[in-house]
Amino acid sequence: MKTKWKISPYLYLLPALVIVVAFRLVPIVMSLLLSFFDWSLQGTGRFIGFENYATMIKDPVFWQSMGNTFWLVIILVPSSIVLSLIFAVLLNRIKYFKSLFRIVYFMPFVTSLVAVSIVWKLIFNEQTGLMNTLLGYIGISPQGWLSESRGIFLMMFEGSGIENLPKFFHGPSQALFAIIIMTVWKGLGYNTIIYLAGLQNISKVYYEAAEIDGASKGRQFWNITVPLISPTTFYVLIMTTITSFQTFSQIYLMTDKGGPLNTTKLIVYYIYEKGFDVLEMGYASAVALALFVLILALTIFQRRMEKHVNY
Amino acid sequence: MEKISTAVTYLILIIFGLTMVIPFIWMLSTALMTQSEFNKQETLFIPKEEYFVWNNNGDEKRILLVMEKEETSIVHILDENLEIIEEYKEVPSSQIEHVYHKPSFEFSNFVKAFKKVPFALYFKNTIYVSVLSLIGVLITSLLAAYAFARMEFRGRDFFFFLFLSMMMVPQPIYMISSYVLLDKLNWLDTYNALIIPWTANIFTIFLFRQHFKALPKELFDAASIDGCSTFGMLWRIVVPLSKPIIATASIFSLISSWNSFMWPLVMINRPELRVLQVGLSYFNQEASTQTTLLMAASTFSIVPILILFFFAQKQIIASYARTGLKD
Repeated sequence: MKTKWKISPYLYLLPALVIVVAFRLVPIVMSLLLSFFDWSLQGTGRFIGFENYATMIKDPVFWQSMGNTFWLVIILVPSSIVLSLIFAVLLNRIKYFKSLFRIVYFMPFVTSLVAVSIVWKLIFNEQTGLMNTLLGYIGISPQGWLSESRGIFLMMFEGSGIENLPKFFHGPSQALFAIIIMTVWKGLGYNTIIYLAGLQNISKVYYEAAEIDGASKGRQFWNITVPLISPTTFYVLIMTTITSFQTFSQIYLMTDKGGPLNTTKLIVYYIYEKGFDVLEMGYASAVALALFVLILALTIFQRRMEKHVNY
Repeated sequence: MEKISTAVTYLILIIFGLTMVIPFIWMLSTALMTQSEFNKQETLFIPKEEYFVWNNNGDEKRILLVMEKEETSIVHILDENLEIIEEYKEVPSSQIEHVYHKPSFEFSNFVKAFKKVPFALYFKNTIYVSVLSLIGVLITSLLAAYAFARMEFRGRDFFFFLFLSMMMVPQPIYMISSYVLLDKLNWLDTYNALIIPWTANIFTIFLFRQHFKALPKELFDAASIDGCSTFGMLWRIVVPLSKPIIATASIFSLISSWNSFMWPLVMINRPELRVLQVGLSYFNQEASTQTTLLMAASTFSIVPILILFFFAQKQIIASYARTGLKD
């Protein structure tokens, strides 16, 4: 059939197109334009070329936020992937209470981030929090958690000379580490369910053959499950990376403006702060675009990797 | 051997499972404590009532312990209404008894939280916004997906690519400029800001398109012979055959607008227009010392979603699981 000009398909497309263009495309183009202006919502902005970007490169808080975000992603993503794969493999193995466990694991994912952030803020409270109470039972002294600005590597290897290294190598602050624990907990259920669906797609034949060859459960896991689940792993990897770069609500609700000492200030929180606390709309847009370029580059890199590793 | 490995599997799953639910249990139990019991931090999960009594040779009086020493302690003496009637009295320590009553739930926290926070208003706003966005999403997605899946027209691939690339851009990236845009439209602090930008969902369009493409061509040919119009086919054939996928999309849409936080936080200032999540976050700032009320409020806010989840857990989990499967 030859494609011809008809009006009706466009009418079907129109409502969605209007919304997508007006509230996605236009704002995205606008943020590119805004990033070349100095503007605080009042009056007309002043065109300043690349000055916002130049400021950004020299802005220590921008780099600290980037460093914090890096630590969050680099710890959160692998731990979430490993834990959810373990959960899924174990869940896939059992006969009874399977759906009960699935419900329990999935519960944090469907509940609102605001409510669970408020709960976890209290759990990590130094004096009255559940975390320190439970740690007390196994003889660990109370930790500062959300009020502790020292890096976790520094706290672990104190006196080994790590003090003399630049701040970045002290690792994420214990406060940020607390945020990471909470964020892993929140997202684990989703990844587990995705893995479980992936596992059910692996044909039983492989395992039966391995069983006949006398391969142990551990070897079956490494040589069958891990390679054959790799498409799911890539999906989980990309999704978890993209969503962890966007972490915001936890910081807003659990910390005092990204404190202590800016050690929990993540990049999206920094955009929010620059945009809506100090009203530097142009600068905030520049930071947002930098984040976008970073996420885009990472996604493309991960997709390239996928082509090399996939089975 | 098989038995041991099964037992270990269950053991690990139970430990992990406890980690997932303990925060919720702790939230609920804190919501059911008195503030003073919470502050003492002796109770972990089951709230209990406990107090001290001065037993003066059979004459029992409720007291508040001020300072405990070996021989005599300093106490406040209370009357039946637990008001202090005598301050800083010294009594022999041997006559002081520690009384536990187990368990005791402070349900009044929920009433107090409900009085402090206009939850009814927040719920109303949230439901209003969620339902209207859902209706918008369903209408725009059904129409657009139908065009993408079953029609041939010029520029189809271009529009498809445009939508796909827009989907890849995360929300925080265009937050600032959206604020500016809504400001120019004079939509800040209106329901429009909360609803209209969310009446199209690109992911839902793709979900529907995938499903519509898989419907057998013969159905449409037959309907066309019977004189059914293009729109009639969408309404009479596609929609009835797509009920499960429409339910899936509705679940995603409802859960995400119920839980959405950053957008309404930024776009709305007027207290009358606050949605549940934003209202809760303001309460979090105001009531940081009233832990038990804060927990009661948090419990409130998640109950509707949890009820939905427990009733439709099979469909919800299956829906989310489907998002990870590639064709």
